[in-house]
Amino acid sequence: MAACGGPGNPRAAAGPSTVLAYIIRRLFAVVVMLLVITLVTFGIFFLIPKWVGVDPATYFIGKQADPASLEGIRKKMGLDDPILVQFGKFLWGLVAGRDYANGTDVTHCSAPCFGYSFRNEQAIWPVLTDRLPVTMQLAAGACVIWVVVGVGTGVVSALKRGSALDRTLMTVALAGVSLPIYFTGMIALAVVVYGLGWIDGQYVPFGESASGWFGGMLLPWVTLAFLYAAMYARMTRATMLEIMGEDYIRTARAKGLREPVVIGKHAMRSTMTPVLTILGMDLGALVGGAILTETTFSLPGIGQAAVKAISDKDFPLILGVTLIAAVAVVVANLLVDLLYAVVDPRVRLS
Amino acid sequence: MTSPRSSRRRLAAGTAVVVVALLSTAACGGGGGGKSDGNAKAPGFNAAVNKVANASDKKGGTLKFIGTQDADSWDPQRGYYGFMWDFARYYTRQLVSFTPEPGLASTTLKPDLATGLAKVEDGGKTYTYTLKDGLKWEDGSPLTSKDVKYGIERIWAQDVISGGPIYLQQVLDPKGEYKGPYKDTSADKLGLKSIETPDDKTIVFRLPKPNSDFEQMLAMPSGSPVPAAKDTAAKYGLKPFSSGPYKFQSYTPNKSMVLVRNTNWSASTDDLRKALPDKITVTLTTNADDMDKRLINGDYDLDLNATGVGQAARAEVLGKNKANADNPDTGFIRYAVFPTTVKPMDNIHCRKAVILAADHKSLQTARGGPQAGGAIAPNMLPLGIKGADGKYDPYNVLKDTTGNVEEAKKELKACGQPDGFKTTIAVRNNKPIEIATAESLQESLKKVGITTELDEFDGAQTSGIIGAPKTVKSKGYGIIIMGWGADFPSGQGFLQPLVDSRFILESGNNNFAEIKDKAIDGLFDQALTQTDANAAAEVYKQINQKVSEGAYYLPFTFEKNIIWRSSRLTNVYTADAYNGRYDYASLGVQ
Amino acid sequence: MTDLPIQKSGTGADSAPNEPVAGKAKPTAFLEVRDLKVHFPTDDGLVKSVDGLSFQLEKGKTLGIVGESGSGKSVTSLAIMGLHRAGQYGRSKARMSGEIWLEGRELISADPDEVRRLRGKDVAMIFQDPLSAMHPYFTVGAQIVEAYRVHHDVSKAVARKRAIEMLDRVGIPQPDKRVDDYPHQFSGGMRQRAMIAMALSNNPDLLIADEPTTALDVTVQAQILDLIRDLQKEFGSAVIIITHDLGVVAELADDILVMYGGRCVERGPADKVFYEPQHPYTWGLLGSMPRLDRERTERLNPVKGSPPSLINVPSGCAFHPRCPYAELTGGASTTVVPELSEVGSRHHAACHLSAADRERIWTEEIAPKL
Ligand SMILES: Nc1ncnc2c1ncn2[C@@H]1O[C@H](COP(=O)(O)OP(=O)(O)OP(=O)(O)O)[C@@H](O)[C@H]1O
Ligand code: SF4
Ligand SMILES: [Mg+2]
Repeated sequence: MAACGGPGNPRAAAGPSTVLAYIIRRLFAVVVMLLVITLVTFGIFFLIPKWVGVDPATYFIGKQADPASLEGIRKKMGLDDPILVQFGKFLWGLVAGRDYANGTDVTHCSAPCFGYSFRNEQAIWPVLTDRLPVTMQLAAGACVIWVVVGVGTGVVSALKRGSALDRTLMTVALAGVSLPIYFTGMIALAVVVYGLGWIDGQYVPFGESASGWFGGMLLPWVTLAFLYAAMYARMTRATMLEIMGEDYIRTARAKGLREPVVIGKHAMRSTMTPVLTILGMDLGALVGGAILTETTFSLPGIGQAAVKAISDKDFPLILGVTLIAAVAVVVANLLVDLLYAVVDPRVRLS
Repeated sequence: MTSPRSSRRRLAAGTAVVVVALLSTAACGGGGGGKSDGNAKAPGFNAAVNKVANASDKKGGTLKFIGTQDADSWDPQRGYYGFMWDFARYYTRQLVSFTPEPGLASTTLKPDLATGLAKVEDGGKTYTYTLKDGLKWEDGSPLTSKDVKYGIERIWAQDVISGGPIYLQQVLDPKGEYKGPYKDTSADKLGLKSIETPDDKTIVFRLPKPNSDFEQMLAMPSGSPVPAAKDTAAKYGLKPFSSGPYKFQSYTPNKSMVLVRNTNWSASTDDLRKALPDKITVTLTTNADDMDKRLINGDYDLDLNATGVGQAARAEVLGKNKANADNPDTGFIRYAVFPTTVKPMDNIHCRKAVILAADHKSLQTARGGPQAGGAIAPNMLPLGIKGADGKYDPYNVLKDTTGNVEEAKKELKACGQPDGFKTTIAVRNNKPIEIATAESLQESLKKVGITTELDEFDGAQTSGIIGAPKTVKSKGYGIIIMGWGADFPSGQGFLQPLVDSRFILESGNNNFAEIKDKAIDGLFDQALTQTDANAAAEVYKQINQKVSEGAYYLPFTFEKNIIWRSSRLTNVYTADAYNGRYDYASLGVQ
Repeated sequence: MTDLPIQKSGTGADSAPNEPVAGKAKPTAFLEVRDLKVHFPTDDGLVKSVDGLSFQLEKGKTLGIVGESGSGKSVTSLAIMGLHRAGQYGRSKARMSGEIWLEGRELISADPDEVRRLRGKDVAMIFQDPLSAMHPYFTVGAQIVEAYRVHHDVSKAVARKRAIEMLDRVGIPQPDKRVDDYPHQFSGGMRQRAMIAMALSNNPDLLIADEPTTALDVTVQAQILDLIRDLQKEFGSAVIIITHDLGVVAELADDILVMYGGRCVERGPADKVFYEPQHPYTWGLLGSMPRLDRERTERLNPVKGSPPSLINVPSGCAFHPRCPYAELTGGASTTVVPELSEVGSRHHAACHLSAADRERIWTEEIAPKL
């Protein structure tokens, strides 16, 4: 970060090979981190119940469990193995797939085997891959809206600081930050779907009907985006105000640049840097917002699966969702770091 | 049976509910009814309770279910949720099944696959059925008695086919000698000795001990046939092979399901199922409030789970949409029970004091009032069960609805605790309504000096906490708040797990009071040998009275539900056989 | 040294003579500031950062403005740049009055866009902290290119050539490579050189250097000052150099203007102000000046007390609470605001002390100690 004193070009060192090495190093760290997360999550679901005296096998059966069913589950899941053996098998399953066997009753779970839901008799990975696109569509659409609206609002508010417009926008943003998604979502449904009847508001896959898909995704997008747009508006406004007081903005003006250029180029360039990095983090950690949005709008995404899994005590599925969420966060972090190096020349990859 | 949908969501809706209700009523104007209302008119409040609304034989159309809870399994031998038992009749048939008639009449058994009810011989120990002619599976292959036997045998494979009721296993093989079809070494996998299939048309059940409810157990989906060749073991629930009028077209757990007509089903062999719609769809959602709205809007016909309209939509449903609502009994009872192992609840007078001091009206209010909650229950046998007596009110709770403090104080004196006592109320932490009733009880007990502490335990761990007598004793739970519904509509199905000493379990116990009364146990034995249902009902009546006299239970309400019925629905009626749900197999759409 | 073609660019519309504003006499000087007032309304009250400042500057000449922190030096220079009216986001908007004449054009009443077009081209500025004054996310080259292209309709390639030339001119080694560096890759001195390159890229008539060396270390300071001096000779621009430090301007400036509390207390030819200062505050400044034979940090006679409040300006002479000679004026110092009056040829000071008193104090008390 610090200024580089001597002559010569220190950036020349950060050539493609350095970047590649950096990425490889980081990827390695990512793998290690995911292993740790997997182990911890695994421990939570398989070890803690044992400590508190609950048979983890009961988690795999939706309802009151007959001793024979519990025994069957224990066998099939290998719950009697030491925890590290179980963990090893789980990891092996991730890489090479595995069989869950209880005598003649063999269930194959092909790689990557994220576990097997005995609640629904389904391998977890297909459930996740079936639902992930919906969550990603939700995230992508909402993200576009919240960045455009949030940043736009923040900039306008900062430039009109103290005006009635600024106060109104910031009040709305405060509401957006503090209102729960379920609340805003229900109001959106009440007005647009039940009340005005403009759209049907139910999820339809894109492949079935593009317009139906759009109608189904619109309110979830807007609802989720509202929360984040509010946060981004507040953040952008604060950043913008800070940036506008920077000396280099004064320099830009001193050059005789027009005000739109000063703001649009010089101020925005600096404002967007923290926004971009936070955006990366937020997208990675979106599962929380997705859970609420998908529940409210009954979108068949990962978040909805998580809620179902929790209410059904479908622990393999919870584990799967947790891991996917962890991967998302970790990968987002990596991307953010890479992106940061791109957008902020002062950061060097090391 | 289990009531899957927690009421937490309804409460969590909080302020949103009010705002949404205001907004949507304002926005809706006078519309109501919804889009599919075109030519249909709702037949009125409670029009389908214990009677047929919109009677019709018109075929065609799509019947659209929506629900917040998927079945625990659609495998006939694995499902335990009440709505699954109702729905399973679309794609499964049993030897005998429930009468397609409203109300109590539904609980009478009628032959289904069988030509008639069982020929019972050998003092109630041998049941023989003959199958109808022309029974076919969805692929056109003939349905034989061996398929019925194989299907029932699957219950024995509890290590794979887990989760469903195991009554048939307990009755036919109490010692657990058979290991289930997957470990069966015989070629045809039909090694269970207590069921015989002398030919493809005949099936004979040999019970070690008579049980008057045996046919009731055969009527559950777990008595359905499964062809061995089509058995996909644990995965069978993802696409059960159909013997009924509809077959699975698609199913994605927690997402959706589509049933279409099974062209190999023949109406001439089946007079229990009307099979009116051409198609049946199930949409699973996660937002209960949104679901209620869409039902009102006419996007869907009924709630698959039938757990009742949520708080948010209740006012709207009971207001201008009242003609689309029914308010049936669910067959559930909500109650407090007194573990007799915990002092001073070992003393009958202290138990009576609690019953008498309780404010029944406010308990009812806490449950949701007379419509959403239910009627004040004077005893422990709900009206949908033969032998029930709604007028039997030993503690005068229907008269002294707010309790009888004087009498309660007398009982306290008799108990040797004239100034009251201290105890703990155990209540599930995931049931806000139960917590509210516990608080209400706590309040009214204060008036007679009984001070209580609430212990909100993990509702997901019920069987290991209140279901474990040791834990109950060590935690000193003098009062437990619970609810109960019958697996099959008889005194045995309803009462025996609650009050028979032989049903006390180390874990998963339901006889929370740990009633050990030889007289009660003896009465059950007597009832089980009765082949005449009315004679058995007399015995259950006596058992119910003994339970009341023992003051083990403080019943709150006979539960009621507000359920939505779309204007399109035809041939719709509530059936006691399905806990007050509509008889799904009879439904049609306009 | 002068291998750069130094041409005054932008004839035409931009340099069309400004019509004198009614009631305001068009001056003859290149830059003339008349009774400039810059006030900022704040929550605490009206901050009178500059309160009635006047001076003149001829082409090719250098004016040094000195004064302690908060005396209004930067506010004055920003006023000439027209940067107060651009609206300082997050800060209160300035109230300005008076006249600023630049080559016959009055800037305070001029159209904002006209002033903008002058900015960077006719008047350029370099700032105190070159690191924060350059945008961290753009290369040095890009920033110079931008500055050049605002006022010249040329391709990027042409502008880039110009940028490299300018970097070379200000003494950046390997300018064709360093042009693509980011500011953080430059050392402090190089950054200030780059800022100078940027400011001079449009051949401005007036260069304002606001404490250009304060953030740099001593050896570099001298280099930068030399550079400014050389370039001024070469480009022929007028220069305003702002500093706390009388010593810096003594050798560089033709004229010196001493500011105190938003006002001019003394101005005149550099050698006059430096060798025959007439105002007690200037005496104080000289006293606190480092001398060659002393350590820089060692200050013999610093001005005691703290700078005046700009909201509640002291009555009479704003310097009186800190002035050791205020009693000598028979009360005038605390009640009457001293006007600038001629104390020599082109030499003015604002003090109530009689000429005799000033002469005596200077020769007997001040000069011997310096
Ligand atoms: N936008 C503004 N709003 C309020 N006060 C201001 C504003 N700009 C400057 N000032 C005040 O005006 C006074 C003069 O500021 P100025 O920056 O001109 O001082 P300076 O002589 O340049 O000092 P330094 O040597 O520290 O740079 C200071 O007290 C400053 O706080
Ligand atoms: S006017 Fe008075 S106070 Fe001001 S400088 Fe002169 S002597 Fe000092
Ligand atoms: Mg300054």
